[in-house]
Amino acid sequence: MSGEMKAGTNLERVLRAGHFAVTAELGPPDSSNPDDVIHEIGVMEGAVDAYNATDASGAHCHMSSVAVSALTAQQGLDPILQISCRDKNRIAIQGDVLGAAALGVGNVLCLTGDDVTAGDQPEAKRVFDFDCMHLLRTLRIMRDKSMFLSGRPLTTAPKLFLGAASNPFAMPYDFRPIRMAKKIEAGADFIQTQYCFDIPRFKEFMKRAVDLGLHEKAFIMVGVGPMKGGRSAEFIRKNVPGVRIPDAIIDRLNGAPKGKKAEEGKKICIELIQQAMEIEGVSGAHIMAYKLEHQVPDIVKGAGLWPRPVMEAVQEPMPEPVPGD
Amino acid sequence: MSIGSWLRDHPRMLERAYGSTKSLFQKLDPVIKRIGYERVDRWISGPEDWSKKIIFNCKMCGQCVLHSTGMTCSMSCPKNLRNGACGGVRANGHCEVKPEMRCVWVEAYERSEQMGTWGHEITHIQPPVNRQLEGSSAWVNMLTGVDQEVPKGWVGINTIPVLEKNGSGS
Repeated sequence: MSGEMKAGTNLERVLRAGHFAVTAELGPPDSSNPDDVIHEIGVMEGAVDAYNATDASGAHCHMSSVAVSALTAQQGLDPILQISCRDKNRIAIQGDVLGAAALGVGNVLCLTGDDVTAGDQPEAKRVFDFDCMHLLRTLRIMRDKSMFLSGRPLTTAPKLFLGAASNPFAMPYDFRPIRMAKKIEAGADFIQTQYCFDIPRFKEFMKRAVDLGLHEKAFIMVGVGPMKGGRSAEFIRKNVPGVRIPDAIIDRLNGAPKGKKAEEGKKICIELIQQAMEIEGVSGAHIMAYKLEHQVPDIVKGAGLWPRPVMEAVQEPMPEPVPGD
Repeated sequence: MSIGSWLRDHPRMLERAYGSTKSLFQKLDPVIKRIGYERVDRWISGPEDWSKKIIFNCKMCGQCVLHSTGMTCSMSCPKNLRNGACGGVRANGHCEVKPEMRCVWVEAYERSEQMGTWGHEITHIQPPVNRQLEGSSAWVNMLTGVDQEVPKGWVGINTIPVLEKNGSGS
């Protein structure tokens, strides 16, 4: 699928050129020091096409995703700004997107967001003025119609490559491809799935997606991630909403010799990427290596996806000279 | 089992009841218009709140889309999702936020499958909620058409081509 360029970000160019894309999640720091972000980006540099800046994921507060994205863009790299509907109403979100675009952000991942009760401040007020579908459509309106949702015009529309999440591993299973179709209709140009550990279930989901022609309308990227060991996998299964890890994976991690468990987790992750690459309609992998970011280059190499393609920058048309200048 | 949950598990019956109540209100519209929509809203919003709370756990958003969401109130989702289900649904089909409760959208989807007339509307994209209508009568808002008004940017794009649940898009 080539299609019309929406924002010309590195991620979009890699995908439209037909390469198998790789993105990874940046764990934003609990700090106000920009060097913490720059260091983490450096750990993964060259291994991925774009970096997801999470927006208080799991309802835990960290450095804002707009700031992390802007710092990434300052490094000449391609950020994916994640926006959750949990903490901001429609007025705040639209302003943030204009600001982020002004700071060089082109990719935006639109999420409903984990509930406040998942975090360490469950007493907070949940907003959810929008859901992810409204967020996608509103950003598409800003991009394509050059106006706010209210209809008030923008003097410069943001150039955006819009993303959405999908969880093929949560009920109701039959409805998941339909809901993804709704997200694509609402505006999603690319999809990143929740952690995939269950290839048969993912295959079923992708088959339905391909039947519906969704892989021709949006780039679908499989979500994967290395686990530190059986205990941490069990913790994630129990505490992170929507993550399903089959017992077989946990048994395999537990069965690895002491000191080799993280290595086994990395191996599983590589195998999952390779299996997903064989499935029709899968355009890339999204690696969520929480606190294991240093493993990302090895995972990308292990999956045979190194080096990453170097895309030529999109030539911005030169502004017309103003007479008398 | 409460009467409300028994009724919710019979979505075809509720769908028919919705259809007849809708046409009754439409027939009465000239009378209601003469009395005044605001006055009628004052009269019926209380009883509407009471009855819909019992049956649907209604939150009185004032822009009812029950028939498009499997006769299941989407506002009773703790995240107020108009376009669920979110990705946080537990392995047993229960809610991410309230583990003791089945996911509102899992139920909405199951019930929409049983509905003959409006079941397919679960594939529609519902526009953002107009928070100004909260607490007012959805029936009166249906007659005045205010529940169908969307922000200017959204005009013309509030639904998608219906996807047949068992086949390809149309």
